[in-house]
Amino acid sequence: MTALESANQIKAKFGDLVAEPAEFRGEISVTIAHAEKIFDVCSFAKKQLGFDFLVDITSMDNYGNDPRWTVIYHLRSVASNVELRLKTNVSEEKSELPSVLPVWRTANWHEREIYDMMGIRFTGHPDLRRILMWEGYPYHPLRKDFPLAGKPTELPGVAFTKVTPMEGGPFVTLPSSDDAIAREPRVRVPENAEPGVSDKRLVKK
Amino acid sequence: MATVQDIEIRDSAARTAAAVEELQEVQGERMVLNMGPSHPATHGVLRIVLELDGEVITKADPDVGYLHRGDEKIAENMTYTQFIPYTDRLDYLAPLASNVAYALAVEKLLGIHDKLPPRCQYIRVMCCELARISAHLLGLGAFAMDAGAITVFLLTFTEREKIYNLAEAASGARLTTSYTRIGGLSRDIPPNWCDQVRQFLKEFAVALAETETLLTRNRIWVDRLRDVAVVSKEMAIDYGLSGPNLRGSGVEYDLRKNQPYLCYRDLQFDIPVGTVGDCYDRYLVRMEEMRQSMRILEQCVNKIPGGGENKSHEPVNIPDGKITLPSKQKVLSSMEELIHQFMLVTEGVNCPPGEIYFGHENPKGELGFYINSKGGGTPYRLKIRAPSFVNLSILGELLPGCMISDVPVVLGSLDFVMGESDR
Repeated sequence: MTALESANQIKAKFGDLVAEPAEFRGEISVTIAHAEKIFDVCSFAKKQLGFDFLVDITSMDNYGNDPRWTVIYHLRSVASNVELRLKTNVSEEKSELPSVLPVWRTANWHEREIYDMMGIRFTGHPDLRRILMWEGYPYHPLRKDFPLAGKPTELPGVAFTKVTPMEGGPFVTLPSSDDAIAREPRVRVPENAEPGVSDKRLVKK
Repeated sequence: MATVQDIEIRDSAARTAAAVEELQEVQGERMVLNMGPSHPATHGVLRIVLELDGEVITKADPDVGYLHRGDEKIAENMTYTQFIPYTDRLDYLAPLASNVAYALAVEKLLGIHDKLPPRCQYIRVMCCELARISAHLLGLGAFAMDAGAITVFLLTFTEREKIYNLAEAASGARLTTSYTRIGGLSRDIPPNWCDQVRQFLKEFAVALAETETLLTRNRIWVDRLRDVAVVSKEMAIDYGLSGPNLRGSGVEYDLRKNQPYLCYRDLQFDIPVGTVGDCYDRYLVRMEEMRQSMRILEQCVNKIPGGGENKSHEPVNIPDGKITLPSKQKVLSSMEELIHQFMLVTEGVNCPPGEIYFGHENPKGELGFYINSKGGGTPYRLKIRAPSFVNLSILGELLPGCMISDVPVVLGSLDFVMGESDR
């Protein structure tokens, strides 16, 4: 079965929900009108059409247009070596669509990444956490209105939140205090060295 | 006076057995162990939160993202050509292959990926296969070292050094090669490069055989790898594994064969597949892949159009002034070429609106680029389908049930690189 035949089968099954398949550079894309139906379409594609391999899920921000989000699924059948692209649009108010994790388990991390980078939520995903950015990061950096230079966050600049055991003792100096180097007992200052610019902080008490 | 109890349990062995039986009932406390992000066996900055019952892993939660640089965001803000150096830093163990993958993706968007000059195709294939050998060698060396075989690491690194020299001779850089351009290469290979590759192949065959004698039938190696972290065929497909990890589970799928690009159609090579899907199979698949890469390289150096010296002046770039840069001499003497050069450098290669996905068989698996273009010299959206990222997602299911000492072996056999995973 070719990709176009598969696309037509999806269209025959779901009718008006599915737009005419589009072809570009030999690749077939099918747009699904309602994002809520994406789970049904995907499980149909896997069970009936043999698309057992989910290559990738991608999202796109159509900033300034409505609906704002496009979620793109790349499907492949390993046995017949056919590829198909499914697309669906999600509005900004909703920002939500069903998870396809029950269909392909590889969707787990892809969906987490989309949630992290774009802020689109997947209902039914058991573990929708951030994956590339850290837990508690307030923004979604792949959105078009997020500046390339980034935004400051209120997260602590140091990696440590608790006092180190033996902090301030002979071998564990306090972080970022001015005399940190001087208090370090292992540092050696040459007796008659001229204090240069870089040695300014080497104040011997 | 002896009690009934004493008579019933006489010897110490039986007493111990009874005590152990009693202990089985007791729920032991689970220990949470934080492995990484800076741990020698995690080959980069992978962090795994392990929950242990004694020495057996009951839960594993891989945590990626420590090397996230926002490559996809960066790509949206520059021209297609400007992004090439960033692909070096995806899979930094095989930058040449990533360069080729990205260039082919943009060329597919332009509709010229099957019109590349034959010499360019052959050079790109040679680059890909050298990169594959290099990446597998590092993966194997680190893998063996984590399992305690340090000699292998020394052997493989000696060979990798030679590949770095070849990359330097071709592109001018050892690691950050950026060798490809949209529609061709930054330059042709130097005249004696093919002879250097031949010489390398001769030496590498010996080194690979030596490595094989150190590992393949080594009792410790086999004991530690066999039947550890078995991935079934269905599981591998379900988790979207690709590359040697997919083929190690017995799925015969290789993009070089199934969706041939460049000149792979004209070359003879086999796709090795595993039977069980354990760590040992993944190791064997990588070993055989290196041998098949040698086969491909041998054919390439013999078949390359124009030969090593390129006496017939075969082009390596597409002769289209709107895609590849004209020669400097023409830029300085001809108006049209000057305009082309100016437009290419300032605005980038003008791509048509549309969307494409191109998957490339990289050493770690399928490196895919999804490019959505609204026309012009900059992608509207560029998504990198990183094989390491997808391959790592199986860890949460693969590790539970393994011993903690199996973790370095499982990680080594999956052979990932965090620069690519975190993008």
